[in-house]
Amino acid sequence: MTREQLRPDDHPNEHFLLTTVVGSYPKPKWLNRADELHEDHDHGFDDEQLREAHDDAARLITHEHERAGVDAVVDGEMRRNEMVEFFAERIDGYEFNGPVKVWGHNYFDKPSVSSEVEYDEPWLVDEFEFTAEAASRPVKVPITGPYTLANWSFNEAYDDEETLAYELADLVNEEIGKLVAAGARYIQIDEPALATTPDDYAIVGECLDRIVADIPEDVRIGLHVCYGDYSRVYPEINEFPIDEFDVELCNGEYEQLEVFADEAFDPDLALGVVDAHTAEVESVEAIKENIKRGFEVVPPEQLTVSPDCGLKLLPREVAYGKMENMVQAAREVEAELDAGEVDVGFAGTAATADD
Amino acid sequence: MTELVATTPGIFPLPDWAKDELSDLKGHQKSDLVSGDESEAITAAYDDVRAELIETQQDAGLDRIVEGQGRWDDNLAHPLAVHDNVETRGIVRYYDNNNFYRDPVVTGPLTESGDVADELDAAATQTDGLQVVLPGPYTLAALATDEQYGDEAAFLDATAEFLAGEAAAFPDHETLFLLEPSLVTDAPGDGRDAQASEAIDTVADAVDSEVVVYPFYGALDEKVYAHLMDADVDAIGFDLVSDHDANVYNAQEYGTKSGVALGVVDGQNTLVEDPTTVRERFDWFDGQVPSEAFETAYLTSNTELFYLPVNKAVAKMETLATAADLEEVEA
Repeated sequence: MTREQLRPDDHPNEHFLLTTVVGSYPKPKWLNRADELHEDHDHGFDDEQLREAHDDAARLITHEHERAGVDAVVDGEMRRNEMVEFFAERIDGYEFNGPVKVWGHNYFDKPSVSSEVEYDEPWLVDEFEFTAEAASRPVKVPITGPYTLANWSFNEAYDDEETLAYELADLVNEEIGKLVAAGARYIQIDEPALATTPDDYAIVGECLDRIVADIPEDVRIGLHVCYGDYSRVYPEINEFPIDEFDVELCNGEYEQLEVFADEAFDPDLALGVVDAHTAEVESVEAIKENIKRGFEVVPPEQLTVSPDCGLKLLPREVAYGKMENMVQAAREVEAELDAGEVDVGFAGTAATADD
Repeated sequence: MTELVATTPGIFPLPDWAKDELSDLKGHQKSDLVSGDESEAITAAYDDVRAELIETQQDAGLDRIVEGQGRWDDNLAHPLAVHDNVETRGIVRYYDNNNFYRDPVVTGPLTESGDVADELDAAATQTDGLQVVLPGPYTLAALATDEQYGDEAAFLDATAEFLAGEAAAFPDHETLFLLEPSLVTDAPGDGRDAQASEAIDTVADAVDSEVVVYPFYGALDEKVYAHLMDADVDAIGFDLVSDHDANVYNAQEYGTKSGVALGVVDGQNTLVEDPTTVRERFDWFDGQVPSEAFETAYLTSNTELFYLPVNKAVAKMETLATAADLEEVEA
């Protein structure tokens, strides 16, 4: 099991519902200001000063996750601007031509793949090593998946997007190898593009096969997808070589939960139990009910608890409040499970599932 | 001898300065987008945008010049999104793209608004060879939600009447492009296909210019194409970038109008085509269709250009203009 290594030594309960986050977190306002100063060449705010600001923010937000009690933490992606741009800047073969419209006056610096993609310098090893050094808890590393990196770029260089995705998957595999060598044990592949083109699940599956090639068994590989129609990718995802499948569902009031309850759910389920797009902090009681919905799909041993999606669009105090209540809710549900007080779905048969 | 006319289906990316300036002036939220009663400062910014987009097309050498539709925050849904009797609600996906627009919900009669005519009046003072771009009635109805007319047929008729009213107020122009992507992506079934064609007639009858119906994101179903051939328009379009085989099949089986509009440059990829490649795409289509020479062939990007960064959108316009000129040089 890849999850037991993430159980804290001082974990208070027999049951362990792994708590984590999807990745992004609101940046402190001063960090946004620092990024702006660095972009404005009149200011002389240099690379070294920006790096220091990023270090400070990464340390701060990692500790903020720990203070909330999250079991597997991240740095809130303080060094990353946007989930495709950040990686495209680090992969040879990509170029940027300018922003394109997403909607209204919201733009995205959509990159172009203008020549063969190649691995140059490590993308995330420094970020991981810094966060791991700052953290007293295990660190999760989110990586934008190759299918999304291909799908959300202009493809000038490859015959089709599928070929590009596989080439990128090989690069992600190389990066994970370096992360694992640096000590990483929990990797999350983010593939939001799968939600918009679910018919491509087989391409995502092939990408994942390439991503995990030669990665040690004890490395936990998660896949995060959000805001999709899951009836079009399930049960196929049971065949994916992943340890954990992370979905939102709280935002949709668990309407799609029954899709996953239809057939034995193979990987662990990382269930979104707080909404990433409402600015009200859910109560501990409400979150406990959401957690228990997860037992309709998997037993407690297979349930991870997380927000729906990255929290970066929320006010920071709301993001913190959601994490804190989420962790408290998870610990209370664990205690109820220990006491045999939960009788929902697979939790009701937890004793046999343990055997 | 076919006249090759270099043009585009409009809806350009805003110049980068305007992306910044207008987002500062307007904001980033749903409610901040254009409503038809913008402030003086915003109107002035859009006047500058229009002038720049027209100049860009003239510099690129295009034969037809569009207004550029910088104000069309909601892309092809714009004419409804700014209407007094329409509420804009949730953000919904724009076709099979990673783009979104506000769902226009029609809650009252679709009276004439003059919104597009105002833009065109301004454009007409700045250029010759004006080409007007509107969503086709079927597409506009498909992009909207109806809470006024009750059934699909009545709503499509009302949308067509609305567009005809808007078009009747336009200044003199050379060409009207009616963009009909929904005829491809959300094909009308039996009965509806004939009605979609009649709805286009309603709009076409309102103007004296050349009318081009341009479907894209693939090829029309055969029956839809056959019905569209009944419409009283001067040219029908074929998106050769996304599906050249199915498009040329329609033309071979059911014939074409005297004019054609050919999507020969990819509006959704930054790879800039070579003008000779573009010219070969026209030659290929021309050679596959057993008919007399087309009177007019509009060479265009297959989609609107707002999908692209500005530098690539401009390069695509230059490619189209050069490709059309190649023909004239060799003739």
